[in-house]
Amino acid sequence: MRIELNGAPRDLDGSPTVADLVRTLGLERAACAVEVNARLVRKSEHAAHPLAEGDRVEVVTLVGGG
Amino acid sequence: MHAEAAAPAIPPIAIGGFTLRSRLVVGTGKYRDYPVMQAAIEASGADCVTVAVRRERLVDAQGRSILDFLPLDRLTILPNTAGCFSADDAVRVSRLGREILEQLGNPGAGWVKLEVLGDRTTLLPDPVGTIEACRELVKDGFTVLCYSSDDPIVAARLRDVGAASVMPAGSPIGSGRGIANPAAIRMVIDRLKLADQGGSAEYPVIVDAGVGTASDIVHAMELGADGVLLNTGIAHAQDPVRMAHAMRLALDAGWHTARAGRIPRKLYANASSPWEGVITHIPGE
Repeated sequence: MRIELNGAPRDLDGSPTVADLVRTLGLERAACAVEVNARLVRKSEHAAHPLAEGDRVEVVTLVGGG
Repeated sequence: MHAEAAAPAIPPIAIGGFTLRSRLVVGTGKYRDYPVMQAAIEASGADCVTVAVRRERLVDAQGRSILDFLPLDRLTILPNTAGCFSADDAVRVSRLGREILEQLGNPGAGWVKLEVLGDRTTLLPDPVGTIEACRELVKDGFTVLCYSSDDPIVAARLRDVGAASVMPAGSPIGSGRGIANPAAIRMVIDRLKLADQGGSAEYPVIVDAGVGTASDIVHAMELGADGVLLNTGIAHAQDPVRMAHAMRLALDAGWHTARAGRIPRKLYANASSPWEGVITHIPGE
């Protein structure tokens, strides 16, 4: 299955959830937030949110800013 | 000789349900490294810092995070929506910032510094988009601090749709030009704070953007601002930590100046030493 992850194509095995993706990225303990198709998926919903072909996923964090 | 008298204490600032001990809010961007940023924040005395929401760098997940250099137990993080050019994007980014700060257990989860920008060259706010996004975010439970132009009418509109603070730009972000239009900033402050203009003295107005040096902060505070938000003026100074000290002192100086009642400006001189008893010849007399 191919999704768009942070603006780049990404192939995923099987039928992963948002929680699976976050784990694959090694970010399960990081301070990050996930959006699927421009909608926030809250952390408590990660495990119950399956990803679908063509989903646009953004994984964001906090950086320095003014 | 008498002992040095302490200046009267400067009260904390209340913004929506938030209370900050320092009226100086500083950004965390553009520092050459995190330790300098950390030292500059410390020197500024700020207990609130702004951050931005950006894509996780997936290629370098082991890289250091800014969060390792921010004492989250002492700082309230104010996430911004920098880089947003539409109300929809600003609402999205606000929710993402809240999600992260909720995970961190930081009180900053409840608020946002709203920026809806018009273009990349000026970084001036898009007033229509800002009003639209503010309305939506207030509905969603956010305490919204709105980056705005120095237009008193727009400022009042933002207040009317529920902004907890309006933050007029002194001059464009990062320009270091200080208060480009002091009369306009004064009109924004009067509009929001004077009862006879429909304002309230308690409504917080924070001058945000354009501060290049400490005197700009004094200027903003003399005009009646409740606080100042800046980033580049400290981060890009040759000695950011020393500049942060200076900015902190300037905030205090400006606060006291605004309340001490400055003398009126006059065209001609007014001698400080008495004329009575002079032993000299005064020209023309």
